[in-house]
Amino acid sequence: MLVVSNEVVRSLQERVHSAVAARTPIVIRAGGTKDFYGNATHTGHEVLDPRAHCGIVDYEPTELVITACSGTSLTDIEVALAQHNQMLAFEPPHFGALPTLGGTIASGLAGPRRMASGPVRDFVLGATLMDGHANVLTFGGNVMKNVAGYDVSRALAGSLGTLGMILDVSLKVVPRPATEQTLRFGLSEADAIRRTNEWAGQPLPISATAWVDGALSVRLSGADAGVRAAQMKLGGDPVADGEAFWITLRDQTHAFFNREAKAATLWRLSVPPTATPLNLGSTLIEWRGAQRWIWSTSPAIEIRAKVQAAGGHTTAFRHHDRNDVFHPLAPALMQIHQRLKKEFDPAGIFNPGRMYSTS
Amino acid sequence: MNAPLSQQHAPQLLAERIPLEGAGAVDVERQRAVVAALKALLPERCVLWREEDTRPYECDGLTMYRQLPMIVALPETEDQVAHIARVCFEMQVPIVPRGAGTGLSGGALPHGRGVLLSLAKFNRILKIDPLACTAVVQPGVRNLAISDAVAHLGLYYAPDPSSQIACTIGGNIAENSGGVHCLKYGLTLHNVLRVRGVTFEGEILEVGSEAFDSPGLDLLSLVIGSEGMLLITTEATVKLLPTPVCQQVVMASFDDVGKGGDAVAAVIAAGIIPAGMEMMDRPAIAAVEPFVNAGYDMDAESILLVESDGTREEVNEEIAHIEAVLRANGATRLEVSQSDAERHRFWAGRKAAFPAVGRVSPDYYCMDGTIPRKRLGEVLKAIVAMEAKYGLRCANVFHAGDGNLHPLIMFDCNDPDSVLRAEQFGFEILELSIAVGGTVTGEHGVGVEKIHQMCQQFDSATLESFFAVKRAFDPAGLLNPGKAIPTLTRCAEYGKMHVHGGQLNFPDLPRF
Repeated sequence: MLVVSNEVVRSLQERVHSAVAARTPIVIRAGGTKDFYGNATHTGHEVLDPRAHCGIVDYEPTELVITACSGTSLTDIEVALAQHNQMLAFEPPHFGALPTLGGTIASGLAGPRRMASGPVRDFVLGATLMDGHANVLTFGGNVMKNVAGYDVSRALAGSLGTLGMILDVSLKVVPRPATEQTLRFGLSEADAIRRTNEWAGQPLPISATAWVDGALSVRLSGADAGVRAAQMKLGGDPVADGEAFWITLRDQTHAFFNREAKAATLWRLSVPPTATPLNLGSTLIEWRGAQRWIWSTSPAIEIRAKVQAAGGHTTAFRHHDRNDVFHPLAPALMQIHQRLKKEFDPAGIFNPGRMYSTS
Repeated sequence: MNAPLSQQHAPQLLAERIPLEGAGAVDVERQRAVVAALKALLPERCVLWREEDTRPYECDGLTMYRQLPMIVALPETEDQVAHIARVCFEMQVPIVPRGAGTGLSGGALPHGRGVLLSLAKFNRILKIDPLACTAVVQPGVRNLAISDAVAHLGLYYAPDPSSQIACTIGGNIAENSGGVHCLKYGLTLHNVLRVRGVTFEGEILEVGSEAFDSPGLDLLSLVIGSEGMLLITTEATVKLLPTPVCQQVVMASFDDVGKGGDAVAAVIAAGIIPAGMEMMDRPAIAAVEPFVNAGYDMDAESILLVESDGTREEVNEEIAHIEAVLRANGATRLEVSQSDAERHRFWAGRKAAFPAVGRVSPDYYCMDGTIPRKRLGEVLKAIVAMEAKYGLRCANVFHAGDGNLHPLIMFDCNDPDSVLRAEQFGFEILELSIAVGGTVTGEHGVGVEKIHQMCQQFDSATLESFFAVKRAFDPAGLLNPGKAIPTLTRCAEYGKMHVHGGQLNFPDLPRF
């Protein structure tokens, strides 16, 4: 673990001060594993690399809390947790060799286990943020229950660095399940959606589901006896290399994610899990229907209209022209976004336009 | 509490010394003008202004603070809520939203020049979707009513604050309420998918979604727990979970509170996340046992209740594991519930702890700090020392799983000096909670009660950023003004500013 001193934070503060003075946009970037995500960044920007600000500040397995600096390697954190048989519950994607904690939180992206565990923000207990005034703000804390002040630390999950640079994060961690078993079923898309939602209403230890190419994969996680009993109940074919399969979904190295990469856009659809098949293109479904990946060459406006009608929203995840990547917001919500941006980053220097061009 | 303070004895000491925003008598002329504007679109029955009608709203569950509102509005539709907001925005009249009024920190304390907006009439469950495992509810629906309405489907709503019979989901959203099952099932934030509401400017908007996420910033995190200061909730979609097939409780005695605390840590270190893990100290046991005959060990220094839930196979495996860990960590007596009746009996004492303490003391004051679990022994010892210092008894009940401590300070409101000592005792506990790396409120909210301690928990830049969030939702600053976030002026007057030294600051020392 690296030794961090005030010096690092102070030098980051100086960078922010001079960027504000010169009105130079700052792009926060460490390992660059999520460069593909969000709107294209402005040209003429400076890069602020948080990797000098790294290291695990505090990890108490019996408190179920880890606190680390944003530049800490995600892998280092996962290794430290695994030594105590613990893990990050939301199974964050790596998308490359060098993901960091800061990018993991700022992108707010979660892997297969999210359907059972909850999103990234559910596990954020506290954070420090350097805002556009170069102030270091401390939100939340490192205890499980804390309702003092607005929950800004959780709102940093998925904020894409637009409110400032995350410096430290405290996360709730969970024990690793004693046993995992993946089962596979031959099912149509509609049947897979229906079946996985029916299971969700029953006390079954299902931690992930994925449907692609006519096969539904289901991961059971938990105590030995509970997993065995669920397996008896559900049937299906046991999959030998289950763990590897879920990693290919988490990191999008599964063949599906390269299938039409040259011509089409990979859309992420976030819809109510029970939404019936949308027939928008080649499809992979996770989270019992709530997260759907679609390859399509159709115009964005058509896809967005259909998904919105189903009660969801869309993200042009990969291979889009990198403008208007995220679903448009209702005017009242956009106004709040603009005001928040103006309050936290009045000079508009942090990742301007990465989320919305107007906020 | 907050609770058993009788009205005729209600000491105004606290309220007198904490200058409350909006305190004072009603301005009759102003009242007449605002009533007229509200009645332009609201039926007669929805606008109360005569003192005999507004008096019942003068306080919430924190009865030490009372203030008569200028007007009470009881809207019946979302359009009416938006109308009230627009009228108040135009006339610059503060709004204080209110659910069932069970809150323990004064979050729904009225404003003397404002409208108390009760959502009591929003009491319908609009939709239950058993396949999606969600329910769409109005904010005035009681917490327990949701679980009751979906029980026949084998589903329930997980957060279970102790007031769940009476408290409403709108209030739960405002306070981010917890309960005894938080460690495994989360707080309100973890169990609400979508909130629809009205801003102070009268705009209707939705944060969150029935999909698992929504585009843009996660405003749901800001709204939940905002103590009614960002949005007036008019509708919410909540998650429903499958009812566990089987539940069992282990009850363990310890001859030392520190050993009990170590056992809690050991359970978690063993990779177990119990459905509930609650601890009571000797004074709490002594108050509770004669009251409910739960069969608690009167010789124990602390009792730990650990609940396991799930399928029968899972529970059997987990209970055996929990028993082994507790035994290895010095439990002096162990019992496992053998029936649901016995499980309820084990829990009865914990659930009756507040009324039981109310029986042995004229009044009690319930605190709500959260601390890192490892500091439990040290904090409990400090509380014992404070008992001597203030000459008051204190019983401790503790959501041990998540470090949320509820010291119950016993006092007599007929004795103004004991009220003062109880208050100082409570504030010293909160300050200790901050000092050991915790927080002044785990689940009851800041409201007006803990507003001064916020000056110590947060530095001025962070407090200012909370006001920035407030301005983004409510630039006029009139939705539940003066609650939760202290102004820097107030902090300066209070004389206790944030002291650096917390782990998340940046001391000039190497960190490991």
